[in-house]
Amino acid sequence: MSEIAAPPSSNTPIPSHADLFFAFFKITLSGFGGTLPWTQRMFVEQKRWMTAEEFNEVYALCQFLPGPNIVNLTSVFGSRMRGPTGAMAAWAGFLVVPFCVMLTAGILYERYGDVDAVRRVLGGIAPAAAGLVVATVAKMAAPMFRSIGPAPFVLLATAFAIGFMRWPLLWVLVVMAPTSVGLAWWMRR
Amino acid sequence: MKADGDILITLAVQFAIMSLLAFGGANAVVPEIHRQAVELRSWMNDREFTDMFAISQAAPGPNVMLVTLIGYHVAGLAGAMVTTLAMCGPTAVLAHFLGRTWDRFKDAPWRMAVQAGLVPISVGLVGASAIVLTRAADHSWVAVVITGVTAATAYWTRLNPLWLIGIAGLVGLAGLV
Repeated sequence: MSEIAAPPSSNTPIPSHADLFFAFFKITLSGFGGTLPWTQRMFVEQKRWMTAEEFNEVYALCQFLPGPNIVNLTSVFGSRMRGPTGAMAAWAGFLVVPFCVMLTAGILYERYGDVDAVRRVLGGIAPAAAGLVVATVAKMAAPMFRSIGPAPFVLLATAFAIGFMRWPLLWVLVVMAPTSVGLAWWMRR
Repeated sequence: MKADGDILITLAVQFAIMSLLAFGGANAVVPEIHRQAVELRSWMNDREFTDMFAISQAAPGPNVMLVTLIGYHVAGLAGAMVTTLAMCGPTAVLAHFLGRTWDRFKDAPWRMAVQAGLVPISVGLVGASAIVLTRAADHSWVAVVITGVTAATAYWTRLNPLWLIGIAGLVGLAGLV
């Protein structure tokens, strides 16, 4: 540890609403291959708005919450700096560019999606995109199958109920979440 | 016009619910989006769904932007705005409120149990996404091989996934899939 943990932003200026908006706006411009590393670099190393520990703590909260982690991060961070309007500024700054990119992609897809060459390219990319999700799951699941406990069963039951049975997400969560949390609580004692 | 308004309300409600159920991020709700858009409401077919997922993975930006493509396909610009707001809004409001009280129960035992209980569920949800996407996208042996090779390469190497997407696109362009 290079620094003593200080209260948040005690010696750095609190970013303004415009700072929050443009910080996230800039992060999305460098967005190929994940925005998290860029966010961490800008907040902790360049602007020094947060210490590394504070960043990790906020990120842990955002992983714990439902919804896209990085979108949650904009809200938590903006809100800590400037309250609800700060959260909105950071959130909007983060969404402008990806929204425009995707809107353009959508317009192009609706117009050229049936062109033969486009069809063939997408026919190749779609199985690869599915493969990337398979790899993500394998990486996340591997440590769970190495430990003892209910986690692998919860994981398989959830994947089976949604992936093969195609049951509605809400009902599966209503049953699985209390079961799994209860088991985790019981295991801890 | 009335039908349009109805569709926008359906999009807003369904995606706002998904936003609050998306434990594990955007990939966790891919099966539910597929169930709603393809199976229940016939807004699109399997091919269009996997196309849009592929585009959202290949494009820069977070993969939650899949919902923008879906919204645009279903109801144009208004649809894109509604799905994006509904997917990214409610969870951000929740994050704002919890972000302020989080420190208080950061070390509470119940909080750790909740987290430990939710992690395997979120991995299971992403696993369900892998199942749904693979079944929807892999209609030929070549497609199955592409999925397998991509998964293995992404699992065992640190190659940028964009290379895999690019190579798969070229294989497709060559007419091999």
